[in-house]
Amino acid sequence: MMTFAPLLLVFLPLVAAGVSFALPERLSAWRNAANLGVAFTKLLVVAYLLNATEAGLVFEWRYEFLPGHDFVLRLDRLALLFVTLSVFLWLLTTIYAIAYFDRGPNLPRFFGFFNLCVLAATGVAMSGTAITFFLFYELLTLATWPLVAHKGDDKSLRAGRIYLSYTLAGSVAFLAGILWLQSLVGAIEFAAPPDLTGIPALTLTLIFILCIGGLGVKAAIFPLHGWLPEAMAAPAPVSALLHAVAVVKAGAFAIVRMIYDVYGIGTVAELGLGVPLAALASVTILYGSVRALMQSDLKKRLAYSTVSQVSYIILGASLIGPYAVIGGLVHLVHQGIMKITLFMCAGALANRMGIKAIADLDGAGRLMPVTMAAFSVGALGMIGLPPVAGFISKWYLGIGALQSDAAWVVAVLAGSSLLNAAYFLPLLYRAWLLPPPPDRPAIRELATTRDRMLILPAAVTALVALGAGIFASLPFSPLGWATLIAEGGYLR
Amino acid sequence: MDLPLPVLLSTGHLYAVTGAALVGLGLYAFITLRHPLRQLLAVNVVGAGIFLILGGLGRGPDATDPFPQALVITGIVVAVALTAFGAAMIVRQAQTRAAAKPAADDNENPAP
Amino acid sequence: MSPLDLLMAAPLGFMAAALMLGPSGRWLILLAAPLMAGLALWLALLPPDAAYLVGQWDLPLGILLRADGVARLMILATALVIGAVGLHALAEPPEKPGHAAQAETFWPLVYLMWAGANAGFLTTDLFNLYVTLEMVSLAAVALAAMGSLAAALRYFMIALLGSLAYLLGVALTVARYDTVDVILLAQVAEADLATLLALGLMTAGLLIKAALFPMHGWLPPAHAAAPAPASALLSAIAVKLGFVILVRLWFEAFAAVTGPAALHVLGGLGAAAVIYGSIQAMRQDRLKPLVAYSTVAQVGYLFLAFPLVAGTVEPSGAWAGMTLHGVAHMLAKAAMFLAAGLMLKAVAGDRIADLGGLAQAMPLTVTAFGLAVVSLMGLPPSGGFTAKFLLLSAAIEQGAFLYAGVLVIGGLLAAVYLFRALSACFAPLAGAGPDTASRGPVTGGVQAVAPLALAGLAIVMGFAGTALVDVSAIEAPWATPTVIQPEAAP
Repeated sequence: MMTFAPLLLVFLPLVAAGVSFALPERLSAWRNAANLGVAFTKLLVVAYLLNATEAGLVFEWRYEFLPGHDFVLRLDRLALLFVTLSVFLWLLTTIYAIAYFDRGPNLPRFFGFFNLCVLAATGVAMSGTAITFFLFYELLTLATWPLVAHKGDDKSLRAGRIYLSYTLAGSVAFLAGILWLQSLVGAIEFAAPPDLTGIPALTLTLIFILCIGGLGVKAAIFPLHGWLPEAMAAPAPVSALLHAVAVVKAGAFAIVRMIYDVYGIGTVAELGLGVPLAALASVTILYGSVRALMQSDLKKRLAYSTVSQVSYIILGASLIGPYAVIGGLVHLVHQGIMKITLFMCAGALANRMGIKAIADLDGAGRLMPVTMAAFSVGALGMIGLPPVAGFISKWYLGIGALQSDAAWVVAVLAGSSLLNAAYFLPLLYRAWLLPPPPDRPAIRELATTRDRMLILPAAVTALVALGAGIFASLPFSPLGWATLIAEGGYLR
Repeated sequence: MDLPLPVLLSTGHLYAVTGAALVGLGLYAFITLRHPLRQLLAVNVVGAGIFLILGGLGRGPDATDPFPQALVITGIVVAVALTAFGAAMIVRQAQTRAAAKPAADDNENPAP
Repeated sequence: MSPLDLLMAAPLGFMAAALMLGPSGRWLILLAAPLMAGLALWLALLPPDAAYLVGQWDLPLGILLRADGVARLMILATALVIGAVGLHALAEPPEKPGHAAQAETFWPLVYLMWAGANAGFLTTDLFNLYVTLEMVSLAAVALAAMGSLAAALRYFMIALLGSLAYLLGVALTVARYDTVDVILLAQVAEADLATLLALGLMTAGLLIKAALFPMHGWLPPAHAAAPAPASALLSAIAVKLGFVILVRLWFEAFAAVTGPAALHVLGGLGAAAVIYGSIQAMRQDRLKPLVAYSTVAQVGYLFLAFPLVAGTVEPSGAWAGMTLHGVAHMLAKAAMFLAAGLMLKAVAGDRIADLGGLAQAMPLTVTAFGLAVVSLMGLPPSGGFTAKFLLLSAAIEQGAFLYAGVLVIGGLLAAVYLFRALSACFAPLAGAGPDTASRGPVTGGVQAVAPLALAGLAIVMGFAGTALVDVSAIEAPWATPTVIQPEAAP
């Protein structure tokens, strides 16, 4: 059980994917049962693992996949942070997706690739070597493409094409970077960072740029973010997956790994790479917010908001101070929970009332109060209002910036919060305070089981976002876990 | 050239030189001629030249090495088979073309 | 008779039987596929030092069959490809009456190619290799002729010229060294004019057979016009034999003769082939020429690997990368041609734009196509990735950044053209109207499973990297040189 635990986490979604691909559409009930069952089982396994890992155990599974290159699945605390996030959100997104699609064409394919995506995200989290990481990172790219192009119309196909061109180019740059580094120091294992002494600073800098540039595509760092707003052509569950559970998170997570487990903070500081990266992240934060302000489409606005928010994680990682790291890591979780809330609400609004543009939001709060309440929690969290979780992230990032003598970051955070408020508050104003247009029919929000499955996941994540803020001081809260990671060797 | 003709003959160099000339001729024909049948013939000339080289160079002053001879015989068998096959294809092509457009087979032979 | 002989003799027997049985000869594949797959698997799992002499002649006259790593992998892949293609062709619904004779000639040709390829991979005798080369070429031309006679004739002429150039080189080698055995040549070869001329002639001839840019001109029309099973065999097998013989020549028989400059010429041609083939593939509007040009590009990688293998003292990585790329390409390309054939038949068109709606109508086939795309592009996990990863690692380790760049760019270009075809399958039905409902029969069963199995194998290869690398190193020329003691056959 001990060594096979990581393997089990990869194997479970594979089972779900296999079942989804194999069962024909008329057996969709069985498919849904299998998907939910596996997602729930995985959550239980993760709960057990959280407990064991907190006590200091590390699970590892190893296999030599090419001479000199090990395939390593390793469950350390950082890996588990990401695994827990994706498994928890996966369960909710599965419920949501079942309700969202109900009965549509190509669903076996959709759920198959959906599971493969989660498999890849789990693998990305647990990868113990750079090569293992690359394998799962590519699998993630591949498995996401059919989801982005799922609808099959021109817009979706175009989005798929753009997504692939960005991510494949990024992967190639990343691969070239790690192979270059491996040719200098041998196989890169995250648990034992390579010894980089003696390598010219210029070479190290170039490799760093290649790797971060490659990973920055998925993390949607400016100017590599172009695919993310395009990918909004995909159905809402896919957007949730892209923005919260898997894809951009994988990029951000990988950048954290690069800085802390490959280069090490000492080397990054020595090469002077932290500050430029922090500056780039700041530019992305402000740019994303400004662009979000300019969108009239709800999902597009949320997409640019993601561009902005994910860079908080990178900002935290690149500032290299204990509080900043905790802020970045905890935002990895908080942003996921809050953003998935927003996307599930946006999907529900579009699905139930056909609301896509921001101008249509008038009075939505009266017609779908639960949905809009969840949406409001997510939006306020994004702005960074206490007691929602987003406040914790920004607070730690701010203190971390001051600790690292980067006071300008505080200005960036403040400016970004103002912009966030500027693009989220008008939505809340429209939804709660303006009357609905007279021609909009009244609906009963939670009438059927399907409606409840569509709306309650968002309510759950909204509550979790609140809880993560209010109970941040408890040991198993995201903040508690991030602190554990930071204490357990990240700041050596 | 101080080698008398009998020496050239006995060492097989004459065969080799002749073979080389045939290869050159055949290659020239293959490149300049367009009709497949002519090309096939040209290829056969090249083949004949190669077999001459192979047989001639293997011939010592006093004894004949059986090894190149075995190679030549195998090579000739292969060449005959391929020629037959090529010829069959050319015939088949001519038939299909004739069946498709009876009037248009003249432009098949841009005579060199 | 040892099983090693059987690998060559059995297909010849099947060929004779197929010729005699006529129309019912098609069923022989049901016997041949498992038998040959079993033999090939036996060969692959054989202990590393199994070389075996055929006939009663000692070297230099005897013919040595050697089961080295390259031969083992190639023969196994050949058995899998021909087996799957054969079963696919067996399940082909009966054609129009006029094509009956054509369908009948298909089977003997398949077995001829099988025998020639197996013999060619196993033998170390240059003249024997000539014979096998001709067997495979003959079968390949005849298979190509099932699609377009004109393209096949062009292929035939060029292949014939290549064979003759090769034969002339062999003749010069005989004259110079009085032996044609690769292993014996390796001990005596010197860099003099006759040797260089011989090697040059043989190489030129084989490059034509292997369709390396700029000698690829015959390939796209022939491969694109042939029926899908024939295209699969042409791209997977016919091209590889020329490559394997070149490996025997450059890294073994004349390893002492080939210099870095010449290796870089081959590598440069390979790199040019990757770029040129990819760009041509991007420009195609029709599916099968696209796949055929992708073969031109993929062949380039095989030769791009030559300077990488030669450029290091420990070439096991690059060597394995080269060999595994060959194997992965065989599996993936055969799968892709079969899938493309089914897809085009279903939409009754040949353009990429016609493929709309297929992802829904024939998910198994599109999956097979997609998996083949993954391996051909070199995305993980797949045999194609393992191979390209090994090559890229070797290139970067040797500081050969030009080759590394081509490997990287080639992968991206492959993504561009292959995903264009794949994403066309996800588009809605082209020209939606009442007639689209009657769009071709959805083929299931063996026909759809065969490409899926091949593509699946190409993916599975990615998980068995270490084992495959080990097999590829068996009796490799750069490993400890083995001195052959001539022995009579047991």
